[in-house]
Amino acid sequence: MSAKRTAALVGNPNSGKSALFNALTGARQKIANYAGVTVERKAGRLTLPSGAPVELLDLPGSYSFDAASPDEAVTRDVVKGVFDGEAAPDVLILVLDAANLEQHLVFAQEVLELGKPTVVALNMVDLAERDGLTLDPEALSEALGVPVVPTVAVRRKGIAELTDAIAEARSHADEEAHTRWHLTLPERRLTAKHIARSAILSKSTRHTIENGVDRVLLNPWIGPVILFGLLFVVFQAVFAWATPFADALEGGVGAISGVVSERLPEGLFRDFLVEGVLAGVGSVVVFLPQIVILFFFILVMEASGYMARAAFLMDRLMALVGLSGRSFIPLLSSFACAIPGIMATRSISDPKDRLTTILIAPLMTCSARLPVYAVVIAAVIPQRTVGPGIGLQGLVLFALYVAGIVGAMVVALVLRSTVTKGAASGFIMELPRYQLPRLKDLAIGLWQRAWVFLRRAGTIIFVATIALWVLLSFPKAEPGESQLDASLAGAVADTLHPVLEPVGFNREMSLAIIPALAAREVAVSALATTYAVDAEDEDIAAEGVTAKIAALWSLPTALAFLAWFVFAPQCLSTIAVARRETNGWKWPTVMVVYLFALAWLSAGATYWIATAAGL
Amino acid sequence: MTLDVLDSGKPARIVAVDWAGLAEDEGKRLKALGVDEGAEIAVVHRGVFGGRDPLALRLGNMTIAIRRIHARAIEVEAA
Repeated sequence: MSAKRTAALVGNPNSGKSALFNALTGARQKIANYAGVTVERKAGRLTLPSGAPVELLDLPGSYSFDAASPDEAVTRDVVKGVFDGEAAPDVLILVLDAANLEQHLVFAQEVLELGKPTVVALNMVDLAERDGLTLDPEALSEALGVPVVPTVAVRRKGIAELTDAIAEARSHADEEAHTRWHLTLPERRLTAKHIARSAILSKSTRHTIENGVDRVLLNPWIGPVILFGLLFVVFQAVFAWATPFADALEGGVGAISGVVSERLPEGLFRDFLVEGVLAGVGSVVVFLPQIVILFFFILVMEASGYMARAAFLMDRLMALVGLSGRSFIPLLSSFACAIPGIMATRSISDPKDRLTTILIAPLMTCSARLPVYAVVIAAVIPQRTVGPGIGLQGLVLFALYVAGIVGAMVVALVLRSTVTKGAASGFIMELPRYQLPRLKDLAIGLWQRAWVFLRRAGTIIFVATIALWVLLSFPKAEPGESQLDASLAGAVADTLHPVLEPVGFNREMSLAIIPALAAREVAVSALATTYAVDAEDEDIAAEGVTAKIAALWSLPTALAFLAWFVFAPQCLSTIAVARRETNGWKWPTVMVVYLFALAWLSAGATYWIATAAGL
Repeated sequence: MTLDVLDSGKPARIVAVDWAGLAEDEGKRLKALGVDEGAEIAVVHRGVFGGRDPLALRLGNMTIAIRRIHARAIEVEAA
C-alpha cells in the first residue's frame, strides 16, 4: 500500500461535508483560494492511526460533474486531477446524506466510476433515524464496492472508524462490480433507486420535521415577519450583548495606557505607544465582541439550514430589482464583510446576476462599519428607549442598515436596467434539512472570523494608525499653535477638506477618512489618534474618542458622517477582491465612482436636511 | 397541467419538461436535483407576493425551491 498524502471530501451540497471536515481535522484549517479562481479552498490536516499526516481538502458541494457553476467545475477538476497546481487526491471520501440516499447516490456513481480509492461516509444517520429510516451500511458497501462508514459528523460519531477506513482505502478500478457503470443520467437515477432500496431496511411513514417547521417559517404571512423580527433582534443584540465585553476591553486598554504613561519617561516613544498604538489599535479591538456576535448569528443561520429559507422568503423581493434569492446569501454575508460576500457570489451561475450582486455587496453594512457607527451613535444619540425593549441607539443603527439595503436595491434596479441588462434570473435551490448547529463547529467558525479581525487590527490597522500618527506628530507645532494645524496630516486634510466641507465634515473627519481606505474601522482609530495628539493636556487626551465627538461635533455633522459611511467604498481590500472577481479594472472603477458619488450626496443631503430642521 | 397550477400538497408525477424553454444551466441544475421526467413531486410551500412565487417542491426526501417560470415548463399529472 502506497503512502497517502492527500485526501478530499466530495459530495452533494448539504451532505454535512463541512461538519465532517471539522470533525476530521479539528481547528487546524487553512482557508485560501484555488489558484486562478476564487472558489474557497479549505484544507486541514488529518492524522491517520499510524500517525502519518494527510492533507484533507473540503471540496465544494456538487450535484454532478456536468458543472452548472464554477464551484462544481473546481470539484470536478480537482477530483479528476486536471486542476492546475493541485495534485489529484490519493483518497476520496464520498459523503452521502443517509436520509437522502437515493438523490446522493446519483452523483456518487459518477465519483465511483473514476475508480479512485474511495471511502463512503454515510453521514447524518441520526437525522435519517429521526425521519424513520433504518439503513444497512453493509448492503450499501456491497452494492457500491467500497467501504461504507456510518457517521454523525456533528456528534463525532464514526470518525475513528472513518479514519481507519481512509488509511486502508485502495483502488477498486479493476473490480468487476464497476464495469457496469458509465451510465446515462436516467440509468444512474434508476441504479440509485435500486441501491437505496436495498440499503434501506425499514422506513416508517413518520412525517419529517421539515414540513412542520417550514409550514411556519415559510408561511407566506408569518415567515417574513419572523425573518425581519429575527434580523431586528440580531442588530439589537449586537449592541446590547456586546456592551459589557466591550466595556471590559476598553477598561483593559485604558489600564494599559495608564501603566505605560506612568512607567515610561515622557518623550516620543511614550507618545507613540499611548497616542499611536494604544489609542489607535485599542479603539478598534474593543469592537471584537460586536463582530463575534454578528458572525454568531450568521453562522447559526447557515448551520441550522435557516439561511436557505431566508433566501426563499427573499426571492420575490429580490426579483423586484432583477435579482434572485441566491443573491441574498452573499449579501447577508456582506453584513459581516463584503470580501467573503463577494466571493460567495460564485454560487450564482448567471453572470449578470453575479456582477450586479458584486457591485452592490459593499452597500451591505459590514462589521468594519460597526466601530464607526457605534462610536458616533454612542456620542450623539441619547441612550433612551422608544418602546418596550427598543433602544433609540439600536434603532438608529437599524436605520443605517436599512439605508444600506434600500440603497443597494435601488442601485440593483438601476444596474439591471442599464449596464447589466438581460433576461430575468432564475432561482433554483435546495432547502437543506434543519439541524441543530454544534457548538464546536460554531466555535471554530467564530474563531476563524475573530482571528481575521484581530490580524487586521494587528497589521493593516496597526500600520495605518502608525503612519497617521507620524503624519500627525511631525513637524512639531510651535508653542501656541495646534499640533494638527502644524502637521503634515493637517496639510493633507486641508487639501481634501474643501470638497467635504459642503457636506458638513470638519477637518478631523476629512483627515480620518483617508487612512480609513485601508479599513473602515481605522476611521475610529484615526479620530482617536488625531484627538489624542492634538490634545493640549493629558486630561483631555485621557478622554475616549466618544466623549470628544460628543463635545466637538454638531448633530448634523455626525449624521452626515454616518451617511457617508453607509455608501463610501472605504475599503481597498474589497476593491481588490472585486477586481479579481470581475477580471479587470472596469467594474471596480464603476463601483468606486458610483459609491463615492452616493456617499457625498447622501452625506450632503443628511447634513442640509438636518441643519434645515434645526437639529 | 403544468406544475405552477398544481394544488399545494397534491402528489404528482412529471410527464414532460420543456428543456428548450429553460436556460441551459438551470436545466442542468434541475436535472441534477432530480427534477426530470418520471419524478414524483408535490408543491409544499409557496411565496406570498406576485403570483405566489417562488415554490418549494418536495422530491423524495428533499425540498427544492424553484420559480414559477420553471414550474411553467414542467408538465405534470396527478399521481
